[in-house]
Amino acid sequence: MEWIQQLVNGISLGSIYALIALGYTMVYGIIKLINFAHGDVFMLGAFIGFYAISRWEIGFFPALIISMVLCAIIGVIIERVAYKRLRSATRIAALITAIGVSLLIEYTVIFFRGASPEAYPEVLPKSSINILGVNISSISILILAVTIVLMILLQFIVHKTKIGKAMRAVSLDADAARLMGINVDNTISATFAIGSALAGAAGVIFGVYYTRIEPLMGVLPGLKAFIAAVFGGIGSIPGAMVGGLSLGLVETVVSALGFSLWRDAAAFVILILILILKPSGIFGKNTREKV
Amino acid sequence: MKKSKAFWVFSVLALVIYAVVQGLISGGILDLYYQNILVQMCINIMLAVSLHIIIGITGQFSIGHAGFMAVGAYFSAIATMKLGLPLPVGLLLGAVVAALAGLLVGIPTLRLKGDYLAIATLGFAEIIRIIFLNVDYVGGAAGMVVMNMTTWTYAFAGVVITIIVISNFTKSRHGRGAISIREDEIAADAMGINTTYYKVVAFTIGSLFAGLAGAIYAHNFFIIQPTTFNFLKSFDILIYVVLGGLGSLSGSVIAAIFLTVVSAYLANFPETRMIIYSLVLILVMLYRPTGLMGTKEITSLFKFGKKGGTKI
Repeated sequence: MEWIQQLVNGISLGSIYALIALGYTMVYGIIKLINFAHGDVFMLGAFIGFYAISRWEIGFFPALIISMVLCAIIGVIIERVAYKRLRSATRIAALITAIGVSLLIEYTVIFFRGASPEAYPEVLPKSSINILGVNISSISILILAVTIVLMILLQFIVHKTKIGKAMRAVSLDADAARLMGINVDNTISATFAIGSALAGAAGVIFGVYYTRIEPLMGVLPGLKAFIAAVFGGIGSIPGAMVGGLSLGLVETVVSALGFSLWRDAAAFVILILILILKPSGIFGKNTREKV
Repeated sequence: MKKSKAFWVFSVLALVIYAVVQGLISGGILDLYYQNILVQMCINIMLAVSLHIIIGITGQFSIGHAGFMAVGAYFSAIATMKLGLPLPVGLLLGAVVAALAGLLVGIPTLRLKGDYLAIATLGFAEIIRIIFLNVDYVGGAAGMVVMNMTTWTYAFAGVVITIIVISNFTKSRHGRGAISIREDEIAADAMGINTTYYKVVAFTIGSLFAGLAGAIYAHNFFIIQPTTFNFLKSFDILIYVVLGGLGSLSGSVIAAIFLTVVSAYLANFPETRMIIYSLVLILVMLYRPTGLMGTKEITSLFKFGKKGGTKI
């Protein structure tokens, strides 16, 4: 029975990773950039949610939506200010800029409010539901429900709407898409907006679930979500979901076996094994290098 | 003839700098605070130059350099503190073990390219750090107490050796192979250059000197902790190389000196320091992606009346 409990914990953690990983994978799919600042957008989302709940005393769902909207705006600003002019620059230059943006966000937040952690207010009633002798907290179920709804929404946007079609076209071939009359710049901004909104949602969920947030909290989940995206095959949306959930489960299992100090190492070991054995990930396509 | 002339100029310059600073220290003009900054400067120069050979010369983007520094620091500390060996032996041991670690990490990861390589090296550095965090023999999270044994002499000797070895490597056949990989890996491969070999050699040499820098660092403070060697440290080193110019040895040396002084003045405002660092990183990448010096060396600024390019 304890194992089922751990399974539930793993799925909760994994769905947070999956939400962040979606942003990584969409941005990478469309402009081939590892957006290191994505983990910090997740952190900003958690803080926006925190201030919305504790200052304005609104409920969980309004806070979630406010955080998603503001994070989407922040994501677009980051893209327009920092990444847009680097489209034709080398990969290393883009990567270094992303690292710079990440550090800038982290330390600007620390500069204005200090590095001290903050305790998330309780917005959701703490109750647990007994299913087949296993106590599952209502928060876990809510996290899972919110994640699933957001993922279905994302699938809908990507596959059924016009902007989703444009996003898929640009990620396949940006030049050809431009020739077909697609506004590539707006499409890329839309991708950043959607990815950042998901990260903002993950931030609020993280805060509600773990109740402790701090300015540097985005670094490690950000890296792990990136690992999840690589694991599932970067650029693939179902891959990010599967990768996030499996990474959450693996981490929980490693902790449950009594190696909690090695939990972070487990994620990096998975990353290195995946990169060496199958760099395209589970759902990724093998691309051949052209000269 | 020309090469050896540059070498002698460099040696004389190094001797003069060493003698002047040593004289000031012996004369009691530079107190412990300034001595510490000077040693710190030497450590940062070594780190910058050792990363320069990986990123600037070979073009392999590694953001896990602090991991090798940690290996050097811990193994040299074990040698001097636990085994009672003298400091030079400890420094050598730390450097060699770090080089071995670089070899072990480099062989599997250097097949990867660009972003994937960056994230894999970051992963390895974090794994190294977590291993030190979990080994009780070296103190775990609390850290390991190390005596303060480094002097200006050791630190400066380390810098001179690092610069001589790496600049000679760059000018050698191996260095030209490494540069050709940076310029175009596929073309280099097609020309019959064993790209994997040169990448691993450059990576190992870089790790060796990162280990040496780590060893000197370990004996400069009274304690070493795993958190010191996290990826922020790797980014610090990266900033020296990027700011100085990707591919310019003297550029990374100048950037390391400059930023050490800046961070010494901002030591009481760590947040401001990081904000300035990150802004500099972004602005340099947006407006001058090759770094301040590009691939030029400082010596090329003093060559008058010559047209274009440097002769090698």
